[in-house]
Amino acid sequence: MDRFLPSPTARILLALLAILALAPLVFPSTFYYRIFTLISINAIVVIGLVILLGYAGQISLGHAGFVGLGAYANAIGPTHLGLPPLLALVLGAALSAALAWLVGRPILKLRGLYLAVVTLGFGILVQMVLVNESWLTGGPDGMAVEDLGLVSLVKALGLKMKTAQVWYVFSGLMLLLAAWVALNLRDSPTGRALRSLHDSEVAARTVGINVARYKLIAFVLSAVFASVGGSLLALFNRFVTPDVAGFIHSVELVTMSVLGGAASVLGGIAGAALLTTLPQALTVFHDFETVILGLIMMGVAIFMPDGLLPNLANRAKRTRRTNR
Amino acid sequence: MTALLSVQSLGIRFGAVRAVNDVSFSAKPGEVLSIIGPNGAGKTTLFNMISGVYQPSQGRIRFDGADVTELLPHQLAERGLSRTFQNLQIFHQMTALENVMAGRHLMERRGILSDLFGLSTTRRHNRETKQAAEALLERVGLADIAHREAGGLSYGMLKRLEIARALACLPQLLLLDEPAAGCNPVETEEVEGLIAQIAHEGVGILLVEHDMKMVMRISSHIVVLDHGEKLAEGRPEEVRGNPRVLAAYLGVTEGEEETADALD
Ligand SMILES: Nc1ncnc2c1ncn2[C@@H]1O[C@H](COP(=O)(O)OP(=O)(O)O)[C@@H](O)[C@H]1O
Ligand SMILES: [Mg+2]
Repeated sequence: MDRFLPSPTARILLALLAILALAPLVFPSTFYYRIFTLISINAIVVIGLVILLGYAGQISLGHAGFVGLGAYANAIGPTHLGLPPLLALVLGAALSAALAWLVGRPILKLRGLYLAVVTLGFGILVQMVLVNESWLTGGPDGMAVEDLGLVSLVKALGLKMKTAQVWYVFSGLMLLLAAWVALNLRDSPTGRALRSLHDSEVAARTVGINVARYKLIAFVLSAVFASVGGSLLALFNRFVTPDVAGFIHSVELVTMSVLGGAASVLGGIAGAALLTTLPQALTVFHDFETVILGLIMMGVAIFMPDGLLPNLANRAKRTRRTNR
Repeated sequence: MTALLSVQSLGIRFGAVRAVNDVSFSAKPGEVLSIIGPNGAGKTTLFNMISGVYQPSQGRIRFDGADVTELLPHQLAERGLSRTFQNLQIFHQMTALENVMAGRHLMERRGILSDLFGLSTTRRHNRETKQAAEALLERVGLADIAHREAGGLSYGMLKRLEIARALACLPQLLLLDEPAAGCNPVETEEVEGLIAQIAHEGVGILLVEHDMKMVMRISSHIVVLDHGEKLAEGRPEEVRGNPRVLAAYLGVTEGEEETADALD
């Protein structure tokens, strides 16, 4: 029977695809293509955090550091080394993975909040290097990023699309790829090992799971997602500043991933959508960003510890039950 | 038959407290060895040392012909030692089925790329693991709640879920810490039947259980702990008649007669 129904993973991906395909029908202006592109790119980073925080239960307060590495790989690689942008993206991801491994290996053997503290320091360090090494990075003013060449590629194929539309499609496809990978992982041997750490490390150990090793796997994977997201962000904006690696951005990313429900890919995407749109909708947001982020984090922790989506789902279930 | 597990002068201290002191015994495959003793006697602490969760401060542990005193829990699991917990350690956010599937960790070949891209190796492993896990849930009587989230299951169900998860590791030695606690009489009987069956298949079992009737029926051998020390050991009928055991258990002086019933 249920072999003819699409699997849960396929259903989530189809729903995402449908949203991405239909949304432009109600876009009042090209500006919305830009916002959705930003949502998709942020969501890719947040999906990485869902793997780390939602699956494996480990917190990083410096993930923007990896976003910064990815972003600057695409600024520095082509400008100073003449690398093609796509290769710079891949090398940035490899560098982030290697750094995550180096940083994570010693501390993930320890229990507790060491990862939070050390990643916090890591993020600050990356931002400091980006600010200070201005011969390489342009310093606090940032630097320009070379074109990925998407638009000319699309033109060469004979399609007539605006730049914003091209990026909308490209970032949407990248988001689908990221979601697909994370959902595959969830229901795989590695994914089950990661998710078991979240609930009971001691039980995970006693069924033979090498806890330190799987924490490291989650951390490295999430760094790769962050780095790829950072590269895409740089390529889309055609400009980077050290803020991209900043502490506020790290907190913003964690807030996105817990807001929607840290344990689910769909929740992560919802959180990214909300927190990406909010500053555009409310100009006050910009002036009080830190305060508002703090309030949202506290609100989620107090009123909806499972995040937005699971809470709404539970509420819907309760209503249905009482209606019966 | 040679011993599967042998514990020699094992001890651990937490600050000034000697939770376990100079305890020795050995266990054979296919037999149920019960550890009994009043609350706080050190039974769970002993399990924690044997399963590698705590590092003992004195003594050695040999398992399956090798010294395993310094091994970590996951290394012991690889050698065929698995356990359940007195205070449940459940993967709450997974379904009952996924809990048991996670227990098959060591039987799965884990290729991270295959897992990320959903390649056929991963799909085949998922299928095999799922079938094995379903069979184990059936065996502990939880087949019909396989797809419920574990966090919402009753205490008695979770106790049996932990047994299924521990069996998923294909253990040679299984440590059960109060498997029948919180179970109703029918469930308790089922658990007892299950333990007997597992032992019959050749698995060595260390059992901590407060239901003395069950312990007396099912054990080949009993070790009695009190205040972290081994007070007595022997076959059930030997232990039952031992006045020192009665005294320790009930906090009464030796020779008080009505207390003899307590261990029947
Ligand atoms: N991690 C620990 N830290 C300090 N004391 C402990 C720890 N674990 C156990 N103990 C102590 O060891 C003693 C034995 O406890 P336990 O092994 O749980 O007894 P039992 O399982 O026989 O009821 C108790 O006094 C307990 O307080
Ligand atoms: Mg105990």
